[in-house]
Formats: sequence, structure tokens, C-alpha cells
Amino acid sequence: MSAPTYDLGKLHGGLRLPSEKEKSTAQAIREVPLPAQLVLPLAQHAGEPAQPVVGIGERVLKGQLIADSDGVISAPVHASSSGRVVAIEPWPVSRRRGDKAPCIVIECDGEDRAVERAGDLPPYTELAPEDLQLLILQGGIVGLGGAVFPTAQKLMQAVTAPLDHLILNGVECEPYISCDDMLMREYAMDVLRGGQVLMHALGIDSCYVVLESDKPEALRAIGEALAALDDERLVLKQVPTIYPSGGEDQLVQLVTNREVPSGGLPSDVGCVVQNVGTAAAAHRWVNHGEPLISRVTTVTGDGVADPCNVLARIGTTLADVVAVAGGYTERAATMVIGGPMCGKSVSNDRVPLVKATNCVLVMSAAPANGREMPCIRCGECAAVCPVQLLPQQLFWHACADNEIKLREYGLTDCIECGCCDLVCPSHIPLTADFRKAKGRMRELADEKARAERARQRFEERNARLRREKLEREQELAAQKREALESAPEAIQDMLRRAQQQKPDGEDD
Amino acid sequence: MWIAIAVISLIALVAGLALAAAARRLPASADALVDEVNELLPQTQCAQCGYPGCRPYAAAIVAGEADINLCPPGGEETVQRLAGLLGREAPALAVPATDMKQRVAVVDEALCIGCTHCRNACPVDAILGAHQYMHTVIADECTGCELCLAPCPVDCIRMEAAR
Repeated sequence: MSAPTYDLGKLHGGLRLPSEKEKSTAQAIREVPLPAQLVLPLAQHAGEPAQPVVGIGERVLKGQLIADSDGVISAPVHASSSGRVVAIEPWPVSRRRGDKAPCIVIECDGEDRAVERAGDLPPYTELAPEDLQLLILQGGIVGLGGAVFPTAQKLMQAVTAPLDHLILNGVECEPYISCDDMLMREYAMDVLRGGQVLMHALGIDSCYVVLESDKPEALRAIGEALAALDDERLVLKQVPTIYPSGGEDQLVQLVTNREVPSGGLPSDVGCVVQNVGTAAAAHRWVNHGEPLISRVTTVTGDGVADPCNVLARIGTTLADVVAVAGGYTERAATMVIGGPMCGKSVSNDRVPLVKATNCVLVMSAAPANGREMPCIRCGECAAVCPVQLLPQQLFWHACADNEIKLREYGLTDCIECGCCDLVCPSHIPLTADFRKAKGRMRELADEKARAERARQRFEERNARLRREKLEREQELAAQKREALESAPEAIQDMLRRAQQQKPDGEDD
Repeated sequence: MWIAIAVISLIALVAGLALAAAARRLPASADALVDEVNELLPQTQCAQCGYPGCRPYAAAIVAGEADINLCPPGGEETVQRLAGLLGREAPALAVPATDMKQRVAVVDEALCIGCTHCRNACPVDAILGAHQYMHTVIADECTGCELCLAPCPVDCIRMEAAR
């Protein structure tokens, strides 16, 4: 077994946050019972929504493809259980408050019958890396760390650059969330085998499995699995517990001491980062033929009676998931998908659990943050910013809506980790302001692109009208010339007749 | 002292010649200035300024024929930016601003008689259709200029909020 190592790069700033994970890691992962109805959004991933390939009323089996990927960046969706498709329509989802998105609704028949596979799966090692990438795409595998970027496209993009390391991200730095921790404790072997699959898909021979030092059980489980697997390409690494060391670029910096360039990707410095859950999902698909139809999710916070981790089918409603964790307590007031730092609040627990749902956090009323006061330019925010931005300057320019300065000061590199908010003595909601400013910047860029296209179309249309006019004139002139040349007598005759009739015409 | 006077006169002469040469070169860049002005206009091509599109209006501004406050979809913001570019005072908008950039034309396909009038009026070729066939608007390309509303003989085009 490889010993945990500490030959690490340095992370700028960051914070040590209270982890709050003990409650949810005290017990084994519980399985959520099969619900009566599953709601499967078509857009559970970054990129284009999937296109339904089943009709209303059709019977589907567990693991059956129900919506296929559509577009350059997209991922398919599979039925999480057997049953009948009862609707394909907009349904409330957890993306934004009151937001509806097209979903496929399946009424489960309770039999949970899986798709039968024709013959045995060929071992993935016989596939070429490109074919393995395509296979991974068909499994609907997406990044389970929260960004849900389709894994296959990430791999395809990454192999265009020379690569050194695959990094399996088991650094769950955000407070409360413990789904990756529990997954590694209980399915350590799946994670490592997934690492092997992903290495083969990338054509590289180095994989770091990176964990935070505050997960001794997961470290032990992974260590034991590594010893049993006996694959020297996989190396366990341990990093200190500092938020946000689980961010993709931050983790690359920590593990390899290479800095991902501004606006770049980890593949620019020879690394590919994949969440441990993604690796386990890739293993289950490639080696067992089970697409991504369930995931481990943390249900925690002081608003649930019995915080724990659950294994839930994609499409189960959050209400059903919370019920497995003992239901709500009297103090439950707000519900957040994701952690307290980067999570998004939801107003309704009838929304489905999707591939991105790593944590359901139910909290009592949010503690009063203190009134927002003017910035005193103390610079605390710059000291903790893991991307080494100057939040105080960004805030200044965001208030002035100065797009050029915001770009100059690297707003696009902000990872919205929320560290600056926490340390701000004036309680300025910096991250929310930056998010707004980013949205505004995107809007402006969109508007500019649209105007540019309209300008082009306008100019091309004018050019076309000019060209058509010219062609018409030339055509007319040519016809006239031709007529004069081909039948001069007939024309002369006609002109003579016209001449003869003219005196009558001139009279009136 | 005479040397000083001679030197200064020489410098003045050289500078004068340089300025004269520069002045002769300047009219050649009027086209570039039209491009710059055009860049600041919203490109809705709505012709509400009285010119048949954004670029003709930009040319008129540069030629001094039109004021800079005639663009309703651009609003006050565009007037400010134009004033900044041209080094002029920013006058108040001559007509109320509109939000046409946020809207798109929609053809009621049940009523459309396929007359092609709207198609021919569209400044950005965003209407698709052939004679006696139903027409439709390519929503992504529509600038919301409303120039298709007036020519429609059956009033089957309406403006809707863009998605």
C-alpha cells in the first residue's frame, strides 16, 4: 500500500471551516425505497438538454435509455426503475427558484426489472481509448462533484493535450457534505477500479487519489483497497483540510504544484480531475453495465431528524429522500441543494434529486449575518482568496458596473467559493455581487454578439439587394440586345405600326 | 537672440507643415469613424432614426447631418457613449427609448396568407417564407425592429418578449 504523501504545492488563502460532517457519517449509507413516481429532468448536466427517445405511455425498464445526448456537450438520461412513462412536460426542478424544466415522469411498477444485456460485457481493456470514451458517454456519466460536466466530453477534450496525471478528487472541502467520504468508505474498490477505467480512457498511467486529512476512515478504506488491488499506477495522496482545496484548479495546484492558467483547464498543465463518485459510476457502467441511475447524497443539517447518507435513485423527490433521514424537525426553515458555501436554496421539496445533488441541507433559520456596512478596505478578502484575486477592487468595480476593469481584475477567474464573504468585517455579500456582475458581463457579451450578427446580416442583405438589382438590369439589357439582334425586321415592323397608330393616340 | 527667433520659427514651420499633412490625411479616416459610431449603435436596423439602418445613420452622424439622440432602442446609454466617442455634449433623447431589443416578431401562422411583404421588409432577412406559403420568423435572428408589422395586410404579426 502506498503511504500518504505530503509533497504538495501551496494553496493561497482558503479557510479552515467547522466541518459539521460527524452527524451524517455516523451510520452506513441507507437505501431510499423505490418511490411511486420518478421525475427525470432532461437537463441534468452542463450543456445541451438530452432529447427524449421514449413516448408517453411507453413501458421502460430500469437502466433503459430514455433520452439521448444531443449536441456537442450533452449526456443521455436513463430510467432509474421500470415502469410506464406518464408525462414529458415541464416540472419544477431544483435549478432555480420556481424554475420548471422539461422532465420525463415515470410511474414505477415496483418490479424494478432491469434491461437484459445481450451476452457478457467485453473487458474495457480491449477497447481503444476513443471507444471507451464513447462508451462512457452512453452511460450518462457526468461529473458528480457538482458541476455535472459530461465526463466523456471532458475526457475527449483532455486527451487533445499531453497528459501526466489523473486526479481522483475525494476532497470534500465544503462543510456538511459527506457523500464522497461515505462512498469511499463503502465502495473504495469501485472508486479505484473507476480510476483504472478513466486512466485507460485517457491513455495515461498515473492516478492520484486525493483525500483530505480529516477523513481517516475513508483513507483507511482506500488504503486497504489499494493494497488488495495491487496496481502501482494508483497513488494515495493526503491534503490538509482547507476550504476550498477541493476546487478543480486548487486541487491540481495542491497535488502537482502546477498552476492552471487563467481561463485555462487542468489539461493545460497535464492533469485531469474527476470526482471519486464519477469514477465509481464509470466503473459500474463500464464493468457492470449499470448506467448512472442512482447516487449517494448527504441529507443533513439541524432541520432533519437523523442526518445520514442515502443511496437514492435519480428522480426521487427530495421529500422522499428527507423522509429516509427521519423527516424534518420543528426547526427546519430553509433547504439548500449542495453545501452552505456554494449551494443553492430551493423553495419546494417536491423537486427531484438529480445527478448534481450531492447534498440536501435543511437548516433552521439562517443566523443573522449583521448589517451590510461600507467597505473599509482592510484587505482580509484578498488574503483568503484562493485564486489570488483582489475582491475589494472587484467589489469597487462591480458597484460601478465597469466591465473593462472587472475583466482586468480577473472576475472571470472567481470560483465563487465564498471565502471573502465569511471574512468580511463589513458583512458585504461579495460572492453574490460577483455572481451578479458575472451574469451582467455574460449578458453584455451576448448582446454584443447578437448586434454583431444583426449588423452582418443587414450588410449582407444590402449587398444581396444591390447584386439582384444589378443582375436584373443586366438581364433586361441582354434580352433587349438579343431581341434587336435576332429579329430586327419584326421589331421594325412593330415600331412602324405603332407609328401609324400614333396620330389617333395624340388626339386625346 | 536672432538665432533663437530663427530656431523657434523653424520649429513652428515644421510643426505647421506636419499639421497640414495630418489634416489632409484625416478625411480618409471618416470611414473608420463611421465604423466606430456604427459599433455603438444597437444594430436593430429599425430605421426609427429616419435612416434606413444603423450604418446609414452612423454615416449621417459623421457627416454632421444627423444629431446623436435619434436612436430609441439604444436609449440614453447610446447617446452617452456616442457623445463620449465624438467629444460632444450629450443631448437628451429626442424620442422615448424602447425595449425592442428584448422582443421578437411572431407570425400567427394560421392567419398568414404568404404575401412575402414582411419578408421583403425585414432588414436582417430573419423572415422565412415563399409566395403563398406560410411565413415564419427566425427568432434568434430577429432584432425586434417592428418593420414587418406595417406591411402585413392581415395583421398577423405581433411582438412578443424574447425568451
